[in-house]
Amino acid sequence: MSLSVDATVRRGTFTVEAAFDARAGETVALLGPNGSGKSSLVSSLAGLLALERGRVELDGDVLDEPSSGIAAPPEARPVGVVFQGLLLFPHLSGLENVAFPLRARGVGKDEARARGRRLLERLEVGHRADARPRDLSGGEAQRVALARALVAEPKLLLLDEPLSALDVATRAQARELVRDELARFPGVRILVTHDPVEASMLADRLVILERGAVTQIGTPEEIRGGPRTRYAAELVGVNAVRGRLERIEEGAGRLIAGDGALVVPWPDWYTGGDVIALVRPVDLTLWLERPEGSARNVLRGPVTSVAIEGDRARVRVGSTPPLFAELTIGSLERLGLRPGTDVWASVKAVEIEVLPT
Amino acid sequence: MSSPTDSRPSPSTGSSPPRRRRTPGLFVVLATAGVLLVGLPLLGLVLRTPWSRVGEVLSTEIVLDALRLSLIVATVAAAISFVTGFPLAWLLVRGSFRGKTLIRAMVVLPLVMPPVVAGVGLFAAFGRRGIVGSWLYEWFGWQITFTTWAAVLAATFVSFPLAVLALEAGLRGLDERLEDAASTLGASRWYVMRRVIFPLMAPQIAAALVLSWARALGEFGATITFAGNLRGRTQTLPLAVFEGLQTDPEAAFAISMLLIAIGFGVIVGLRGRFLR
Repeated sequence: MSLSVDATVRRGTFTVEAAFDARAGETVALLGPNGSGKSSLVSSLAGLLALERGRVELDGDVLDEPSSGIAAPPEARPVGVVFQGLLLFPHLSGLENVAFPLRARGVGKDEARARGRRLLERLEVGHRADARPRDLSGGEAQRVALARALVAEPKLLLLDEPLSALDVATRAQARELVRDELARFPGVRILVTHDPVEASMLADRLVILERGAVTQIGTPEEIRGGPRTRYAAELVGVNAVRGRLERIEEGAGRLIAGDGALVVPWPDWYTGGDVIALVRPVDLTLWLERPEGSARNVLRGPVTSVAIEGDRARVRVGSTPPLFAELTIGSLERLGLRPGTDVWASVKAVEIEVLPT
Repeated sequence: MSSPTDSRPSPSTGSSPPRRRRTPGLFVVLATAGVLLVGLPLLGLVLRTPWSRVGEVLSTEIVLDALRLSLIVATVAAAISFVTGFPLAWLLVRGSFRGKTLIRAMVVLPLVMPPVVAGVGLFAAFGRRGIVGSWLYEWFGWQITFTTWAAVLAATFVSFPLAVLALEAGLRGLDERLEDAASTLGASRWYVMRRVIFPLMAPQIAAALVLSWARALGEFGATITFAGNLRGRTQTLPLAVFEGLQTDPEAAFAISMLLIAIGFGVIVGLRGRFLR
C-alpha cells in the first residue's frame, strides 16, 4: 500500500505544487512555515479541495486525476483526518463523535458504539465517552479526535497540526500518544506541522514546503546534514546568511550580507543576486585570542547567549554577521564563556556551503 | 437589572471594577411612559375580560370553529414557511447569484408592509382575475379567494420573512469546517444535513417555526382582504375578535385574552430555550 501525490492545488491566487510518495507504515511530515501550502495540500488529499492538475493515487486507486475527470468526493475516500482545532461535533458526546464515521457508512448503532467504545478505551478516554466536547480537556478531546479518525480503519491518516490545540504541559504526553498510535496504524501516515521538533520526533521523512513548492525531501538526518534552503537550515539549527557575492579570487568570493561579510567558495552557477551561505555551528571554532591559522573567516564579537542542550552548548556570537557555534560543555568551561565575553570565531571558507535563493 | 439607586459609582480604589454611571432621570421617565403605552391596553384587556363567562364564551361554536381554523392555518403556514424558507435561506447564505440583495430585500418586505396591502397584492396574484389565479381558474376551475387556502396564503405571506431571517441567522452561525469534517468521515450530503446541520441549527429552526406560527396566528389584515370573513372557512381568531367587537364585545375580550395567552406562552418558550 502506498500513496503517490503529484498535485497542483489552487486556492484563490495561491498555488501549491507538490510531488512526493509515502509508503504504508511510514510517517511523512509536511513541514513548512505558515502560508506554505501545507493545509491546502492536506485539504486536497482529503478531497475537500479540487486538484487543478496532477494525480493522487492511494493503494492502487486513483483518487484524483483532473485530466481524466476523476475526483473522488471526501466521503468516498478511505482517509481519516485529525483536523487543526480537532473539529469535534459539539452536539454529540465523545462516543457519538467516534461512532459517527461508522454510522455514516451504514454500520448499525450498537456495533458502531461498541467499536467506538473499544477504541476510546484503548486511547484511555473510555471514562469520558459520554461527555460533550466542550467538557473535555485538551488532551481528552485530542484522543477523541484521533479515535474518530481511526475508527473506520482508513488507509491514509492525515494529521493536521494535531498538537497545536494543546498547551505545553499536555503536549509532550500527547506527542507520545500520537507516536504510539502512528506506530500501530498500518496505512500511510501524513503529519502536517510547522514544528521541527514534532516533525523529527514523529516522522520518518520530511517534505519541506515553502511558498507553495517542495524545497526538500529527506529523512531528518539527511536534512540536518545538508539543508537546501535557508528555512530548512534554520529549522535544523544551521546558520544561514543571505547576501550577494563579490569575486575576490579564483574559487573564492565574498558574501556581503546586510550585517557583515563572509569569505565563501565561489559557486560556478552564480550569475548575480542573493545567495545563502550555510555555516554549520559545529564548523565554527571559538577562541579567546585572535587565532593563527588558515581559516579565511575570523570574526570578532561578544557572546550574546549560551544555551546548553545535553552535553553540547550553543553559543551565539554577536559578530558581523552574528553566528551560532556549537561546542562541547568541556570547551565551554575551558574557555569560560558567558554572555559578554569577547571572542573570536573562525571558520574555513571551504566548510561553508553556498545555495541559490 | 439594577435600580438607579444601586448604580452609584463606588468609591474608586486603585484597580476596582470600572465604575458604573448613574442612569439619567429623564430616561427613567421616558422608559416608564413606554412601558405604560404597552402595559395599559393589556391592563384594559384584563379588566374588561368577563372572567366569569370566559369558559362559556370560548366554548361557543363560533369560537371553537375559529380556534380550530386558526391552528390549522398557522400550522400549515409555518410548515410552508419552513419548507420553502430553509432552501431560500441556504441560497441567500451560501449561494452566489445575481440579484441576491434584491431578493433578500423583497423577502423581508412583508415585515414592513401594511397587511391590507399584502391582501390586495394576493388578490392581484391569486384572485380569480389575478396573474396566477385566472390561469388556475381557467384550467382547473380552482378558485383560491375566500377559501381556507386563501387564509393560509395570507398567513404564509406575512410569516415567511420571519422564518427566513431566523434560518439565515442559523446558517450563518454554522462552522462549515464541521461539515467538511463530517464528509471526510464518510457522511453523504444528506447525512451531514440530518446529523450535523439540523441539530446544530435546532435553536434557530425552532425559532423560525415558533415565530412564523405565532405571526400567522395573529394575521388579520391580509386575511380579511384576500380571504374574507367566512365562519369555518376563513374566519380565524383575530377575525372573530373583530366581528365580536360589533356583535358581542364580551366575546371579543375573551378571545383576545386567549390570543394573548398564546403569545405570552410563545415568548416565554423562546426566551428560555430558543433565542440565545
